[in-house]
Amino acid sequence: MSDIEERVKKIVVEHLGVEEAKIQSDSKFIDDLGADSLDTVELVMAFEEEFGCEIPDDAAEKIVTLKDAVTYLTANSN
Amino acid sequence: MRRVVVTGLGTINPLGNTVETSWNSLISSNSGISKINKFEVEDYPCKIAGSIDDSKINDDIVNLREQKKIDRFITLGLIAADEAIKDSGFVSDNESSFKYGVMVGSGIGGLDTIYRNSSILDNKGIRKISPFFIPSSLINLLSGHISIKYNLKGPNSSPVTACATGTHAIGDSFTIIKNNKADLMVCGGAEAAICPLGISGFSAARALCDTFNENPENGSRPWDRDRSGFVMGEGAGVLVLEELDHAKKRNAKIYGEVKGYGMSGDAFHITKPSEDGNGGFRAMEMALRESNLNTDEIGYVNAHGTSTQVGDMIELSAVEKLFGSNNNLFMSSNKSAIGHLLGAAGAVEAVFSFKSLETKTLPPTLNLDNPSTNTSINLIPHEAISKGVSNIISNSFGFGGTNASIIIGD
Repeated sequence: MSDIEERVKKIVVEHLGVEEAKIQSDSKFIDDLGADSLDTVELVMAFEEEFGCEIPDDAAEKIVTLKDAVTYLTANSN
Repeated sequence: MRRVVVTGLGTINPLGNTVETSWNSLISSNSGISKINKFEVEDYPCKIAGSIDDSKINDDIVNLREQKKIDRFITLGLIAADEAIKDSGFVSDNESSFKYGVMVGSGIGGLDTIYRNSSILDNKGIRKISPFFIPSSLINLLSGHISIKYNLKGPNSSPVTACATGTHAIGDSFTIIKNNKADLMVCGGAEAAICPLGISGFSAARALCDTFNENPENGSRPWDRDRSGFVMGEGAGVLVLEELDHAKKRNAKIYGEVKGYGMSGDAFHITKPSEDGNGGFRAMEMALRESNLNTDEIGYVNAHGTSTQVGDMIELSAVEKLFGSNNNLFMSSNKSAIGHLLGAAGAVEAVFSFKSLETKTLPPTLNLDNPSTNTSINLIPHEAISKGVSNIISNSFGFGGTNASIIIGD
């Protein structure tokens, strides 16, 4: 697992209160991990904080799985 | 005519995190007032409050992740609601859920959440404002959370009448059930304003006690000559009100009945009560009229009694005026032990009043060493009294000149 994936997973565990073992790379935050729409806004804010970047709204809307987040942050984080 | 009874009680307050623990502590003359230790109070004129230690908050009822998304007043309200609903044994069902409502209010709501987000906006900018900021601080979200958690689809509202909130919530719920708009209401109040902005705001209004910082337990002293203002407390009180036949049908335990409700406005001043006590008098009189009781059938007054110079005497004189011919009247202030829980005060005090009916015990007024006036009313100084009464009136008065009284009985 990449360092970025590990850090993303940690944030998801903390914010959604789910067990790490239950998170697959294609798990959807809302459909599979019990998040509601406000949770996903906060998740994106936490990614921004952790990775020191700004995720525009149109990009944030496309981040629906762990894999989406890791892909975006690998390409755009500092 | 539809009659309204109480079938469930719940509270978390500075004396305990359940009805049983806090009631037993109250009648043992314990004080829940201590030095504020959650934030630095060195520059504050008032350094004491009735705080609830975080270790007393039951994470099984509201888990830590949920607590982060709601202001403390909602957490405290949900804990009291859980106890009250479990105590009542009531479980909502889809078929009848529209007959079951919620009315739990707050005087101030999510003040600390608003303060923190205001700082974030100033220091870090708009992108750092949490999406949960607004729903975590809005007062009626407490009633919303309770309705979602327990499937209650009837009337849903939250009174905001400062320190009269809890009593208004119970009285309004009583009226709703009486008028056949619901069969059951989960009602009460919650408050968590022991935060930098809350303490400094009430200090600036010269409302808080500032002379007992070294002896916190002596700070709240209603009717005592050395009182110097109220001591803030935090917590919640929730009651399950239910139409009598509905309660009987499901063999619920009945604590007693809500018999009358009165409300009035002073039309006088933004923070001071009307000098002749007319507003409080009319609220009590209206409640008495609805209850069809005579003044000598009321055995105990659970007073507003905040420990302020002006308010205490005005309430006492209004009670003397209304109950003048009643020579067996007892009256005490729970705020002497738990402080003033603002919007939760009336609700917690109603919970304690039902315990008074049940246990035939009247709780004490702590620190009443030297009453500042002579009265024929027994103010129950220092120690609880074993005495059964049939009917109790409970008063709450708030900033803005809002007054509420309820009468409960066995």
